[in-house]
Amino acid sequence: MSNDQYSMDAESVKSLAIAAVMAIGVIAPAIAIGWIGSRSVEAIGRNPEAGSKVQTAMILCVAFAEAVAIYCLVISLILKFV
Amino acid sequence: MTGIPEISIKAEKLFEIWHIPVTNSMLLAFVSVVVLLLLAWYLNRHIKLIPGKVQSIFELLIEQILQLMESVFGEREIALRYFPVITTVFLFILFSNWLGLLPIVGPVVLHGVPLLRGPAADLNFTIALAIVAVFAVNLFSVLALGIRKFIGRFIHPKDPIMTSVGMLEIVSEFVKIVSFSFRLFGNVFAGEVLLLIVGFLVPLFVPLPFLFLEVFVGFIQAFIFAMLTMVFIAGAVAETEH
Repeated sequence: MSNDQYSMDAESVKSLAIAAVMAIGVIAPAIAIGWIGSRSVEAIGRNPEAGSKVQTAMILCVAFAEAVAIYCLVISLILKFV
Repeated sequence: MTGIPEISIKAEKLFEIWHIPVTNSMLLAFVSVVVLLLLAWYLNRHIKLIPGKVQSIFELLIEQILQLMESVFGEREIALRYFPVITTVFLFILFSNWLGLLPIVGPVVLHGVPLLRGPAADLNFTIALAIVAVFAVNLFSVLALGIRKFIGRFIHPKDPIMTSVGMLEIVSEFVKIVSFSFRLFGNVFAGEVLLLIVGFLVPLFVPLPFLFLEVFVGFIQAFIFAMLTMVFIAGAVAETEH
């Protein structure tokens, strides 16, 4: 019984890696963005006067959280196209 | 799949000017600069006390940006000092992203390679802008605080805990360059790939919502780049209380 029938070739592993990087990498940023959104909406509801300040801070935080997901995307793109 | 469009992360070279390669994204970036210059020249020539339509739009834009900056910096005077750099970065990225969505970008081909390509979809463009932004932040910090206080942020000779904080600060400056450039590149390049694939799969009507998404993303990424630069400048020039 040769070992070849239990191993995958490089191309398939590469395809799996591309999908897995994205699938696992966006879990945390998605949860983080949801948290940020919920807290900031709550803050605006409690204090509508500070609405625009909270909104500006929220957009900033969402940009930071989303950047991490974009890093994963770039890794996937590099794996696929280079 | 036959006929699937060719996607390359690297911007394709069109020709060389004295051994400097000119890529298709560079070409569209130049076009974007020319459009901005023409707009500036037109507005400057036809400036009136009671503004016409185009001038009103830009007055509104300037007022909104200055209000936002004033809320971050505290004083209108300080906001006016840093207004040109931040608005230039914002308008440049905005026009580059939006011009990259025109239908002429893609089909027009020169030597088998697309003639135009969204500038922010080229890593060179985004890294260059990121370096300019981070360099501007540190330069403004030196100009506002003086070079002693600026170096005092990174190097603490007598305090062991603050020394590691200082080292982290130095590393974080370089991480900012990476984060700025990859955020913009990832968003715009992914949007380009998405539009290509969707246009290839279902060319009729279905690309519309994705085009709207790309217009929105183009604006948001320009806004976030400019706003993060502004927040970093505000943090770097703030006088620390003694």
